[in-house]
Amino acid sequence: MDPNLDSPRTAAANPPIQPMPANLGAGDVIRASAMPDLAPPQRQLTPVAKLIDVSKCIGCKACQSACAEWNDTVPPIEENVGSYQNPSDLGPEMFTLMRFSEYENPNGDFEWLIRKDGCMHCTDPGCLKACPAPGAIVQYSNGIVDFIHENCIGCGYCVTGCPFNIPRVSKTDHKSYKCTLCSDRVAVGQGPACAKACPTQAIVFGHKDDMIAHAEERVADLKSRGYENAGIYDPAGVGGTHVFYVLHHADQPALYSNLPEDPRISPVVEGWKGITKKVGLAAIGIAAVGSILHGLLGRANRVTAEDDREAEEYVEHSLPPGRS
Amino acid sequence: MNIDLSRRGFLKLAGAGVAATSLGALGFGDAEAAEKAHVRAFKLASTTETRNTCTYCSVACGILIYSKGDVAAGEQATIVHIEGDADHPTNRGTLCPKGAALKDIVHSESRLTTPRIRRPGTDRFDEISWDEALDKIARALKDDRDANIVLKNDAGVPVNRWTSTGFLAASATTNETAWLTYKTVRAMGIAGLDNQARV
Repeated sequence: MDPNLDSPRTAAANPPIQPMPANLGAGDVIRASAMPDLAPPQRQLTPVAKLIDVSKCIGCKACQSACAEWNDTVPPIEENVGSYQNPSDLGPEMFTLMRFSEYENPNGDFEWLIRKDGCMHCTDPGCLKACPAPGAIVQYSNGIVDFIHENCIGCGYCVTGCPFNIPRVSKTDHKSYKCTLCSDRVAVGQGPACAKACPTQAIVFGHKDDMIAHAEERVADLKSRGYENAGIYDPAGVGGTHVFYVLHHADQPALYSNLPEDPRISPVVEGWKGITKKVGLAAIGIAAVGSILHGLLGRANRVTAEDDREAEEYVEHSLPPGRS
Repeated sequence: MNIDLSRRGFLKLAGAGVAATSLGALGFGDAEAAEKAHVRAFKLASTTETRNTCTYCSVACGILIYSKGDVAAGEQATIVHIEGDADHPTNRGTLCPKGAALKDIVHSESRLTTPRIRRPGTDRFDEISWDEALDKIARALKDDRDANIVLKNDAGVPVNRWTSTGFLAASATTNETAWLTYKTVRAMGIAGLDNQARV
């Protein structure tokens, strides 16, 4: 593979139609679920990121349409839930969802806060840590966290492990699904389908450094327009994310359909997969070593035929003559 | 299915199972992924790319249609994907939600693929051929124009005005088709015209 190929820098490009090798594969995996002794990656790709500028979003859902179209998913038709939000929740057939929240600010003005929800592609992914199936969740060196569905056992631990409540297990094939950051497009130098479709450039895609620089410009612009608390949402609790937001109210992320203020991997997952697992395994190990030692050293005495004969001889010799 | 298993045998098996899985958990025997990490096969590889204009509104965004199947070799082509054309000056690759879901309009069961007519007295549409449809439309236009065209106004000034028929033309058109539409419709004297040229 061409070593000069690196991560794409934009989503505004037309896809290739000539067959080409995927520039993202097993050699780029830096972490895989339930595989602690993974070989280090062969190269380091430049981290990519998708920036979602909530202040520019008009809630048109072109990203949702483009997502379903590209991934060939068919979200079920549902009932109206009282807002423009449709479908009502993320699902195994809907990897991204516009969440509409209505907020009355302290000045008494109405604000319509629309957030594109979906996988954040955490640098420290809770789903991957919680997953017990070897290689079912992988993290590539460009930051994309992807599900390898052939290895998925459908246990749903990733849903528990996710600080953002994103993955959904399909009731049809019992495998877990979420946004892939269009890893198949990124692998041929394209950006995600949602970022390409977005008509207001509220979703932009590129190298993470570029995206942070762009986000900072946007924050400065928002501040100059009176949004004093505008800021970047790139939570450190999960090591930063490869899908991140520009928010006009970065001090209150909960306004945006309960975006967690300080997302962390659940202590249950951290504890169960971390210290509890180590202690448990140590206990099993000690028990095993103990039983072996006990088996070797502390076994019950047995009298062999040889012992019996020797003892008899001894007894015969030590007794006074005539009393046999 | 009956399994003949003594209590002692069951305990032995269970013990062996615990021992084996514990060995695995303790790191003897590498945990291996059944399937190596891979991304989904790029679905546009070896497809045919066709430039077109979005069918919906008069913004006329540029789209790229990707199809499988070689028409030149006599195969039936199927559209597998549609996305915005990044080289198009109108939309630069972006699309609205309807445009982004264009593939569904192509494959929609209720999509019209032939002209249809609802004949007087019926409650359904019947399929007819293009020739038949165009003949019928031409006949109706001619009859209406002959009956209702206004050649001169009250002051005797020639106006050649035909106001009893309106013309609704396609939105997704190029400059050239818009020009042709305008010339054709105005030449007949139709006053009520709506098409791409309005924007």
